Amino acid sequence: MQVGLISLLDGLVYGMLLFMLASGLTLILSMMGVLNFAHASVYMLGAYFAYQIDQWVGFWPALVIAPVLCGAIGAAIEVWGLRRVHHNGHIAELLFTFGLVFIIGRGVQMIWGMLPMAYRVPAGLDFPLFSVYGENFPAYRGFMLLVSGGMLFATWLLLKKTRIGLIIQASLTHPGMVSALGHNVPLVFTTVFAGGSFLAGLAGVIAGNYLTTESAMADAMGPIVFVVVIFGGLGSLAGCFIASILMGMVQTFSVVFDYSFADALKPFGVTLAANDLLGEILTIPMSRIGPLVPYALLILILVFRPRGLMGTRET
Amino acid sequence: MRFPRFYARVFLALLAVALWEPGARAADVTIKIGYIDPFSGAFAAGGDASLKMFQFIIENINAKGGALGEKFELVTFDDKLQPAEALIALKSVTDQNLPFVMSCVGSNVGSALIDAVNKHNTRNPDNRVLQLNCGQLATELTNEQCSFWHFRFAGSVEMRAVARIKSLPASLKTVYLLNQDYLFGQSIRNDTKKFLALYRPDIKIVGDEMIPLMQVKDFSPYITKIKASGSESLLTGNYGPDLALLIKAGVDAGLNIRYDSYLGHVIGAPTAIGAAGDGRLTSVMEIHDNISVEESNAAQEEFVKQWRATHDFGFIAINSVTQFDMLVRAIEKAGSTDPLKVALALEGMEQKDMFGAVNIMRKDDHQLLNPYYEAVLTKGQKYDVEKTGMGWKTEFKTTVADETLPTTCKMKRPES
Repeated sequence: MQVGLISLLDGLVYGMLLFMLASGLTLILSMMGVLNFAHASVYMLGAYFAYQIDQWVGFWPALVIAPVLCGAIGAAIEVWGLRRVHHNGHIAELLFTFGLVFIIGRGVQMIWGMLPMAYRVPAGLDFPLFSVYGENFPAYRGFMLLVSGGMLFATWLLLKKTRIGLIIQASLTHPGMVSALGHNVPLVFTTVFAGGSFLAGLAGVIAGNYLTTESAMADAMGPIVFVVVIFGGLGSLAGCFIASILMGMVQTFSVVFDYSFADALKPFGVTLAANDLLGEILTIPMSRIGPLVPYALLILILVFRPRGLMGTRET
Repeated sequence: MRFPRFYARVFLALLAVALWEPGARAADVTIKIGYIDPFSGAFAAGGDASLKMFQFIIENINAKGGALGEKFELVTFDDKLQPAEALIALKSVTDQNLPFVMSCVGSNVGSALIDAVNKHNTRNPDNRVLQLNCGQLATELTNEQCSFWHFRFAGSVEMRAVARIKSLPASLKTVYLLNQDYLFGQSIRNDTKKFLALYRPDIKIVGDEMIPLMQVKDFSPYITKIKASGSESLLTGNYGPDLALLIKAGVDAGLNIRYDSYLGHVIGAPTAIGAAGDGRLTSVMEIHDNISVEESNAAQEEFVKQWRATHDFGFIAINSVTQFDMLVRAIEKAGSTDPLKVALALEGMEQKDMFGAVNIMRKDDHQLLNPYYEAVLTKGQKYDVEKTGMGWKTEFKTTVADETLPTTCKMKRPES
């Protein structure tokens, strides 16, 4: 029971973090058809900017300034990079964002060095919020939930309840028509890209001191975010939300799950040892292969339902 | 056509810059050692710390004249803790005809190097390379995988396990094992279980966890599990961020547990445990700053002060000092840096370490035998570590005789 409750909260924190990253990516992918490889790199930049601003001024200014900087960088990438490359086709755009990954990665290493940064949880938030069966739930994790929940509520509000949100939603599926109606669709695209980068940067700010801030963090987060986007389906924020929470829970709960496929087969009278055919794979406990499970789920969804959980477009 | 000619000129200019090198300096003969370790990625801090310690050691050795009148020089390669990258680096080492290759992190890398060095030396008897292992600890490397061309100067997992298990307090009854899921972590798990059964059959293992190497950033699910098991001690071979983040998660959750580690003295862990961890973190190590005070060794204390004046992490590489002392003697005895001659000179060599204990490079398996100290991180020590206000305090010590364990090595010796 205690394992369940704390793990539920931890899974939720991680899932919300993933959603912050993946929502920006799914919006960009749905609207512009561009798979932005550099999304996780912007997340990394958010963490490094926050570290630097934290060193100079403090954590709370960093919380505001760093995501804005990332949004600005996103806008710059769109206006001066993607727009010029757009007429060369999707592959060119992909290659461009892929190249950005290397440039940003190397740039970060050159400016801040190879070692991890001492970006710490602010002293004001470094206390246990409450205790469940003797295990503390740190206040900072509660703060992460608050920020990610609040930001996502604000995004939902923007998309569903405002005019600009209406235009963005329309541009998602009918960019030509929206343009014919007189709206500045390229500006909408830039706004979405900047908004997605802002979210990625914010995710970096709050995650950078919770997970470590180091030059490999983009490579660590990148793959799982893509899994979430594909699993949730293109064009669907709700699907993305479900997928992120699911992946967060899977990653967290797989650790506490010590059973293997062989254990599942035991009630049927099938006993397997490590030496039997396929035995070694089937006797491995779930906790040991936990990080693999999201990728296994990705393969399954691509085989059985390629457009994802709630996708509105074919991948 | 203007454009192609312009680009051709740019290309030629770049080519010239790339190929130009300053003329070889006349008396530029040094003994070069190829040093392969992770300098980027998750454990960059480890490679960086090791490099600083080696530079310190080599400065001292070169100041005393080096070997055969030549100074030592390190040529570094970044392997990102990947065996594939390490093998590419080894190719560079052999292409440059460097006689020695040294590597400290990752038994997976060490294992790949042993294989590759064996193959290379068999196929290229005129361009051999000698492998100096400064920290790849899996016992298998000097048992099943033992090789004539491989010399390990760091205590094997087995040796550390003896010190680790024997030093556990008599009142301890439950332990939770958590290790990294690769060659080294599996070696730790096997040897820990073996020696627990041998020396402490009264201790119950209430958990046995394997985590992917350098991947987990959020250890809270594991902490939940450990708490649920009710274990009094977390017995782990983790190092680097895997240990620092594990400890941080445990401290954040308010877990009331001992952290009985194998590598808690490596850079990062003392900072992670912080003041809340006073008296909780223990580790088995070859050296710490306060031994010189405990054993009233003035010369050693001078060394400590000299290191601390310019570095803010603990000097843990006493075995590397012994390694270089032995290497100098072996090169001088062999009269050259030829790997075969140096290897024959190194085998069976005895060398006094910085504390005066006689270390032995065993001929059977090329494993250095040295004593171990088990220490706890606590307040009130003369020298603190990583500016935490806490320092190591010795609780238990083993001798070289204690650490002389049987080996299953069947070494194939070269014909010439």
